[in-house]
Amino acid sequence: MTKQTDSVKWMTIGEGGLTVILAAAVFLSIIAAAKAEDTAYAFHVTLAGFASLASIFVILNRYFERGALPPQEIDGRPNYNFGPIKFAAVASVFWGIAGFTVGLLIAMQLAWPDLNFNLPWTSFGRLRPLHTSAVVFAFGGNVLIATSFFVVQKTCRTRLAGDLAPWFVVLGYNFFIVIAGTGYLLGVTQSKEYAEPEWYADLWLTIVWVTYLLVFLMTLVKRKEPHIFVANWFYLAFIITIAVLHLGNNPALPVSIFGSKSYVAWSGVQDAMFQWWYGHNAVGFFLTAGFLAIMYYFIPKRAERPVYSYRLSIVHFWAIIFLYIWAGPHHLHYSALPDWTQTLGMTFSIMLWMPSWGGMINGLMTLSGAWDKLRTDPVLRMLVVSVAFYGMATFEGPLMSIKVVNSLSHYTDWTIGHVHSGALGWVGFVSFGALYCLVPWLWNRKGLYSLKLVEWHFWIATLGIVLYISAMWVSGILQGLMWRAYTSLGFLEYSFIESVEAMHPFYIIRAAGGGLFLIGALIMAWNLWMTVRVGEAEEGVLSSPGAKLQPAE
Amino acid sequence: MSDHQGEFDKATGKTTTGHSWDGIKELNTPLPRWWVMTFYLTIIWSIGYWVVYPSWPLAQGYATGVMGYSSRADVAVDLANLEKIRGGKLAALGATPLADIQKDPALLALARARGRVVFGDNCAPCHGTGAAGAKGFPNLNDDDWLWGGSLEQIVKTIQFGARSGHAETREGAMLAFGRDGILKKPEIETVANYVRSLSGLSTAKGYDASAGQKLFADNCASCHGDAGKGNPDMGAPNLTDNIWLYGSDEATIVETITNGRNGVMPAWIGRLDPATIKALTIYVHSLGGGQ
Repeated sequence: MTKQTDSVKWMTIGEGGLTVILAAAVFLSIIAAAKAEDTAYAFHVTLAGFASLASIFVILNRYFERGALPPQEIDGRPNYNFGPIKFAAVASVFWGIAGFTVGLLIAMQLAWPDLNFNLPWTSFGRLRPLHTSAVVFAFGGNVLIATSFFVVQKTCRTRLAGDLAPWFVVLGYNFFIVIAGTGYLLGVTQSKEYAEPEWYADLWLTIVWVTYLLVFLMTLVKRKEPHIFVANWFYLAFIITIAVLHLGNNPALPVSIFGSKSYVAWSGVQDAMFQWWYGHNAVGFFLTAGFLAIMYYFIPKRAERPVYSYRLSIVHFWAIIFLYIWAGPHHLHYSALPDWTQTLGMTFSIMLWMPSWGGMINGLMTLSGAWDKLRTDPVLRMLVVSVAFYGMATFEGPLMSIKVVNSLSHYTDWTIGHVHSGALGWVGFVSFGALYCLVPWLWNRKGLYSLKLVEWHFWIATLGIVLYISAMWVSGILQGLMWRAYTSLGFLEYSFIESVEAMHPFYIIRAAGGGLFLIGALIMAWNLWMTVRVGEAEEGVLSSPGAKLQPAE
Repeated sequence: MSDHQGEFDKATGKTTTGHSWDGIKELNTPLPRWWVMTFYLTIIWSIGYWVVYPSWPLAQGYATGVMGYSSRADVAVDLANLEKIRGGKLAALGATPLADIQKDPALLALARARGRVVFGDNCAPCHGTGAAGAKGFPNLNDDDWLWGGSLEQIVKTIQFGARSGHAETREGAMLAFGRDGILKKPEIETVANYVRSLSGLSTAKGYDASAGQKLFADNCASCHGDAGKGNPDMGAPNLTDNIWLYGSDEATIVETITNGRNGVMPAWIGRLDPATIKALTIYVHSLGGGQ
């Protein structure tokens, strides 16, 4: 292994093949840019051309600089691949702050419409998908890629599979985000919620995602542990299901291969059904399964306690996988969707309650014997509070799926409140907690720059979430009640615009809550930056920073 | 340590499974009983729900459920109930002439209730929820009417709109006296000051009142009247009541005279049914300034 045979240095198949493919991509981009039928498409293929060119340069440069390929092990210890993880971790913080900022802006637009600035690029209609995609796919996605690549290596005790492939996944995914985001601002959208990117972005994401699946799977295959850790089941379920959902929801026929516009293959109520099968399971497998994987690694690790119940982890995993995929129709209650489909969507949502709570129980009860750490460790507190929010949101979800409840809550701000208790409380906090653990480990630091700043982040963000969700609960229920109120003469009590006026104070409170959440994230960015810049290096650890190596079983 | 050999965990009194990943172990805790029972309950409840309501797709059609429920039938019941509460009064409203509605207290109350909500959904975006108007959109609470404040005049305005493009729309134009070169800038300033004086507002220093009066008589009086009292047939506002659609300061009046003003109100006939338009007319008429 360590013997150097550098008499002849060969280009790997990956290096050579990718260079050829990228060169072809540069060539095709030039043709497509010349023939482009709209400026957004021309802009995107130009970006693709430059990105391909830059990638060729980086690959060749690395080839000439490098000696042999990085070894799988150094002195019998796995030579973990942290480069792509570091990139994804930094990207997640960047996109998170961008996404929260846009969220704050559109929240303020709802309270003060003048903030649309009367420009197409800054109008609510374009910024809203920018916000949702930035927080879910850019922030959340990078957190998932970073943590999954970290966790799968550590819990399989082996280096990440592939040489260029992990970098391809991370950079390719972030390039997809750039294409999607700039597309929204330029008005490119296929108008499917959370699946707005047009056909060429979808195709690109498919290539990246399949590579992601292969890297993850091949790492599992060459693991040095006899069993596969529970977090990896959840990561794998997340990766596979997102691939299936993406392919199912997005088949489309482009008007021209040189233009951005396409038409989705599905139509009418089938399209609606596909959309919410996708939309709900993006919540289920991206924002739930993926982040449960984070929970299953980072909470036991941080608390230094065993996972509460192995059996529960198995049962609730398979129950979630089987039940979640049916729940989508509850987004289409009282619509053109057939009644029987609505019934199934609702009942499967109810049955999903306990399987979801299985994750909460396992997360919270892992603290058994270590509850005292919540007082002293704000990072652990953040992780545990995230699980509490998870429990709350996964109770509220089944509740809202019940048709009579839904007849009040649907189309109101209650839905927005529900989503954000999950998004800010669960996904946000578990991601922040994971980043607070991950950054010192990745950059080989003894600990965070300042735990005091984590305390500030925790309390400011918690206050923000409470303001946000309580404002949306009150305004949502108020909205629902106003819409259904009848006078004794049999006419609607309120016009729609009166309900809009009634929302105004709650929109201001919501924006204030979002502002606090953003301030918390900025504090985190500063703290993580200072950890990397001035943090004290961990001593005596070579290839496996942070975690103390366990003796081989 | 060999695989599958657990160790005792003091804090919980449980043993671990014997697995270990990067230092993470797992306790061999059984499933919480309440968790399992609640899970079973939700499954049983769901099965019950499937029996009662439309649920599983079959080779042909679907299991309709023992209640014979359908959301379509549900809506029909809701609508029928609503009709019962309304008691056919809406039809009575449609059949009764406007003037007679005002004499029937029950119909009047109905028309106002209906009109208020319809106003909110259709008129409030321009006129405001309280009908107080905004710049360019008339206040409907006062007794100053562009196109007349009688029931007949209001219903005509609502039906056909103003400069709406409808064949029977209310039509009338405030000319662009400056832009089209009819008046020169100093003349416009003079006549603007004259218009201000009609409402008792102050005039600029050195303003020539008699020149202003002459300019007004030559250019404005044909629509706004010799005394500036306006003409509802042409939508020409009364200029003597100190109520201003676009603003009373000299600069705004100069802008109005220079470029003209031609606000648009859409025609509502065809979008709202006749009974609803009647209700809306009664409501607007009752806001304070009905004539």
